[in-house]
Amino acid sequence: MLSRETVEHIADLAKLDLSDEEVARYQAQLSAILEHFEQLQALETEEIPPTATVLPLRSVTRADEVEEPLAREVTLKNAPEAEDGCFRVPAVLE
Amino acid sequence: MESDDLKRLTIHEARERLAEGDLTAVELTEVILDRIVAVDDEVRAYLATSPEQALEQAEAADAARAAGAGSRDALLGIPVAVKDVLCTKSMATTAGSRILEGFMPPYDATVVTRLREAGAVIPGKTNTDEFAMGSSTEHSAYFTTRNPWDLSRVPGGSSGGSAAAVAAGECLAALGSDTGGSVRQPASLCGVVGLKPTYGRVSRYGLIAFASSLDQVGVLTKDVTDAAIMLGAIAGHDPRDGTSMELPVPDYGAALTGDVRGVRVGVPEAYFIEGLQPEVEEAVRTGVETLAELGAEVRPVSLPHTDYALPVYYLIAPAEASANLARYDGVRYGLRSESGSLDELYRKTRGEGFGPEVKRRIMLGAYALSAGYYDAYYLKAQKVRTLIKADFDAAFEEVDVIVGPTSPTTAFRVGEKAEDPLQMYLSDVFTLSMNLAGICGLSLPCGFDGQGLPIGMQVTGPAFGEGEVLRVAHAYEQATDWHERRPEV
Repeated sequence: MLSRETVEHIADLAKLDLSDEEVARYQAQLSAILEHFEQLQALETEEIPPTATVLPLRSVTRADEVEEPLAREVTLKNAPEAEDGCFRVPAVLE
Repeated sequence: MESDDLKRLTIHEARERLAEGDLTAVELTEVILDRIVAVDDEVRAYLATSPEQALEQAEAADAARAAGAGSRDALLGIPVAVKDVLCTKSMATTAGSRILEGFMPPYDATVVTRLREAGAVIPGKTNTDEFAMGSSTEHSAYFTTRNPWDLSRVPGGSSGGSAAAVAAGECLAALGSDTGGSVRQPASLCGVVGLKPTYGRVSRYGLIAFASSLDQVGVLTKDVTDAAIMLGAIAGHDPRDGTSMELPVPDYGAALTGDVRGVRVGVPEAYFIEGLQPEVEEAVRTGVETLAELGAEVRPVSLPHTDYALPVYYLIAPAEASANLARYDGVRYGLRSESGSLDELYRKTRGEGFGPEVKRRIMLGAYALSAGYYDAYYLKAQKVRTLIKADFDAAFEEVDVIVGPTSPTTAFRVGEKAEDPLQMYLSDVFTLSMNLAGICGLSLPCGFDGQGLPIGMQVTGPAFGEGEVLRVAHAYEQATDWHERRPEV
């Protein structure tokens, strides 16, 4: 069973504001899911390499040619708040 | 032909009639738009429609045909719906999430560009579980799509809107996305054809990322011939997607020979498990017998790590999702929850903008990746993924395709599994492995249960084996008439 502190720590890492009720719910649900997944530990995998992608690893390159990027106003069109051609956010430094 | 019959047209039937000149793209589009108005209050397949744009595209298609310019285009004048996880330049794209409400992408996904280049008409964007995380559309932040065969039941998911739209005649075909079964499972539950191509076969540029090592764009159609047409239209290398492979696109239509004599069909006994609805088992086994009668060589095939696919998938996919969804922070697009500090802005925006299933998966993924648990969960899952892929590599040494059920049950009732994540996850137990192995799979109708709900059979092939999968599915379809049945919605 995951502790309440662990769930709160994970929410903190993921930058998710959770209500007390959500923390309690995820504590129960994630514990049940992870318990079900314990079956994986029965498999011996010491010598097995991990698979991160099914594709053969290769570098993808392209010619280094200047292309037209998205216009700044197009890029900012969906911004919740923009100012002087930049995304506006609350002050980071006091 | 009455408009009631026109809504039943497949792509290949419509193409013939458009070419013969006894149907125009505008007429066909009007039939589809009328159909949406008539039934979508009940089915709720579309998150948004764009009737004016669709009619403009149809007019352009008719003009191109009249000028003789576009008559070779594969989808000229064909209404094709697009799942709302694919970016569309002039249409809002939400991924079924509040956090992207109102988002207008500055570009089209490559598959959407290819639809447009092939002459398709796009009537709208279809509903999906939020960020494609779910198996019923109940996790859409907007509403739940209904199964056209029984409106009290789910259409499957996450491409449930696309599957329901195809089944209900609200489009001729649709695009979906499949990370663990999200094209094949709803196709199964809605009685249509759903194809998930091989990882690398189709560009994912402009597909809103869920789990990048598993995501693939797929197609939902009324029959296998249409699946071959749609795949041919969207497949191929894209310089904007480093995972799309530089391989020629075969003529998938040429694969539909109707001849499966000598094709080696593997049946994995590991898929006929406890919990499989008896009617599903019976229909799929009968389907395999039909293939044998057509001359296929049926033999058992071993996939010994099948039981581990579910935990492996639900560690890897959420881990990748937790990283991919970090970008939704209220700064560049989408929802922003006002607050005093930047850190608080991130937390509140994400806490308020994501729904319960997305938060659950972000939490699960962040946990699996966190210090102290990485080796036990994420790395372990990646190692077992190697074993699952090796199972398929070995199996495809012995057989050409693998045939089994697509989903353990027919469509379940709205609300039935909504509160039990593990039960919902089990709905994809037969489709997850193909994404983990990066291979291709197709679901097609193979019967109905006692309540009149469609049953799907899954045909799986090796990497880039779409042609063989389509050939086997098409031969089966020619020998049966399940695909001709339509719901009376």
